[in-house]
Amino acid sequence: MAGRTASPLGTSNVTPRAAPPLILMPPNAQASRADGNRISRPPSITRPAGMHPHACTRPSPALRLSFSMLPTTGRSTLRIVGELGDFARFTARGYTSAIGSRRLGRRLARAVYEQGVRCLPVILIVGTFTGLVLGLQGYHTLKGFGSASLLGPLVANSLVRELAPVLAALMIVGQAGSALTAELGIQRNSEQIDALETMGIDPHGFLVAPRLLAALIVYPMMTAFFALIGLVGGWISGSVLLPLPGSVYWSSVYKAIDPEDVGQCIVKALVFGGLTIALCCYNGFTAHRRSTTTGARAVSASTTRAVVFSSISVLAADYLITSLLV
Amino acid sequence: MNASPTKYTRLDLAVGTFVLAGLFALTFLAVRIGAGNSVGGASTTYRASFSNLGGLAPGASVMISGVIVGRVDKVEIDDRFRAIATLRVRADLKLAEDTAAGIRSSGLIGEKFIALTPGGGDALLKTDELITDTESAVDLESLISRFAFGGVKSGDTPDKK
Amino acid sequence: MSNPDTTSSAPLLEIRGLRKQFGDHVVLHDLNLLVPRGRLLTILGKSGTGKSVLLKCLAGVLQPDAGEVLFEGRPLGTADAPTLAAFRRRCSYLFQGNALLDSLTAWDNVALPLEQATLLPKPEIRARVRDALRRLELESDAARYPSQMSGGMQKRLALARALVTRPEIVLFDEPTAGLDPIRRNAVFTMIAHSQREFGFTAVVVTHDLPEALAASDRVALLVDGTLCFEGAPAEFQDSAAPAVAAFRDSASHLAGQIAAIRRGEPVPADLA
Repeated sequence: MAGRTASPLGTSNVTPRAAPPLILMPPNAQASRADGNRISRPPSITRPAGMHPHACTRPSPALRLSFSMLPTTGRSTLRIVGELGDFARFTARGYTSAIGSRRLGRRLARAVYEQGVRCLPVILIVGTFTGLVLGLQGYHTLKGFGSASLLGPLVANSLVRELAPVLAALMIVGQAGSALTAELGIQRNSEQIDALETMGIDPHGFLVAPRLLAALIVYPMMTAFFALIGLVGGWISGSVLLPLPGSVYWSSVYKAIDPEDVGQCIVKALVFGGLTIALCCYNGFTAHRRSTTTGARAVSASTTRAVVFSSISVLAADYLITSLLV
Repeated sequence: MNASPTKYTRLDLAVGTFVLAGLFALTFLAVRIGAGNSVGGASTTYRASFSNLGGLAPGASVMISGVIVGRVDKVEIDDRFRAIATLRVRADLKLAEDTAAGIRSSGLIGEKFIALTPGGGDALLKTDELITDTESAVDLESLISRFAFGGVKSGDTPDKK
Repeated sequence: MSNPDTTSSAPLLEIRGLRKQFGDHVVLHDLNLLVPRGRLLTILGKSGTGKSVLLKCLAGVLQPDAGEVLFEGRPLGTADAPTLAAFRRRCSYLFQGNALLDSLTAWDNVALPLEQATLLPKPEIRARVRDALRRLELESDAARYPSQMSGGMQKRLALARALVTRPEIVLFDEPTAGLDPIRRNAVFTMIAHSQREFGFTAVVVTHDLPEALAASDRVALLVDGTLCFEGAPAEFQDSAAPAVAAFRDSASHLAGQIAAIRRGEPVPADLA
């Protein structure tokens, strides 16, 4: 059990002076072997304080003061860069391990069920209300300009370009992403992931790959469901509850959306799906590495991190894609 | 005989239904909703030169008598600094050589589109042939200032060739 | 410390100069150990002395910080993928907490290593799974999930999963932890029986002294990350080394100590 309590990247017992400020070592220099990254720690951090490369120089007090801030900044930079690299490796390994993974279809179906079928009610409800409120707000705003007939384009463009991919992604993260992080975290805690490894089964291929692939299937579909039900919601508030003729609404909807808009929408859905589910898998898979906590609290911390990071990454990626594609 | 309990049957069914519905939704979004102003069926392209496009962008509608018959494919500028718009129009419409093109907008702040006025000539417009009888975008600001400071006569539109 | 008798059979697994640390805390110091082929080796020790870490290093779940684990003379740490895969196929690990996949039924748990890591045809897999479940009296529970089973059944299921691949080495991490004395005997009987039946090499980590001495061929004692004793159970019984004596006699000391506590005497420092 010592392997669990003393976590590998858990820098809990690293003294502040032990980390050299700006020495960039590959964070997983020893990790070329079968998932050795779980237990190896950056060599730069294991270096005892006495072997600190800067220890021989004795800076003036003023210099020392300014240096004392450097390790903190350097250490957190190292940690962020290292973790980013580790996440990228994890994701790449997740996709590549799908090749040659046996009976992947069965696990893929399960993942599609968890991310897709079970999230469908939420997506439909949220989509409907999004469309309803868009129609309501848009109608009254446009009415002020005497162009209520533009309600269709307003609702359609808002939904297809932004709201459907973003809100669908956030909803799936909230329902399926958090659940899968917790599941993986518990599997890590109860040594199920280690057990897979001792059985000669690649846990990446077995647990991560189907989820990553499912996200690429599910997210565009959920986004399409969201957009379509949202358009219906806009029609309900514009033409059923308010006096805009339905034919005006629908014909302007058809006119407003170009293939490029739909393409952008699908690209967003794919990127969000790839990003969020990978983040959720990563945080669950590495639950044992939370340096400050172990056990159930590590799982809950991982789940929180997964949801927060996923949500932030969705909105940040949304801005990036929009600025690149428009 | 399969001794292993087959517990994925219902799941498989649910997933299958989901994937089918999802594919349908995606197709519907892409083909029906996302078709935009794109021209279904056979189409042909013409070009039209303008001295001022007034910000008309690719994707704008091309209309005849208020009916959408095509869209603007691309917009470029030639070596004499004239704007050349490429129009993709339904191929079944027999447009005469002396067809005119004008840039209009739907309402004051509405979107811009190109209105084609079919001519009466016998010779037909050939693919990628340049339409030169064009009416450029109305420069609202100069029009308003001419109203304000005089100089507007009825029937006077800017840039009429 | 080491017995000349061990060299008679070539070691299947060998540990050389193994060191493992977490941060500044060194768990295992320069450990050397031979695992003789076809025997049942028990690693004894108090809780927290690094027994499980040692076993995980043996299984390749943890990578040592120094030294190496040799499998049939080849170091595992630098082994290429096929060698490692071959080792995994021939070695099973029984986790302390069983580590059964809770999303799979008993049947699927046992079938998992065969389906995922071998190329056996389906009928052969079915036959082997049925056989493994039958041997461990779990036939009627094939469709149940681990969460629907008692602790003892889960342990048997984990053993079925470990044995279904017909391994040459089985590593048992505290197989009797948290079990009552009767089940503890049953588990050791099960291990010894299946070890005789299948002829695999077993390494058992435990702190149950009497059962271990009765069931094993060889015994090693781990104290604070170093190996204090390695030999036959009889030698362990007779050893006069202080560490061995302290561990061996702690049970018999109990009565005297309880009596001393009742008399109001201070608790001996080595127990506090």
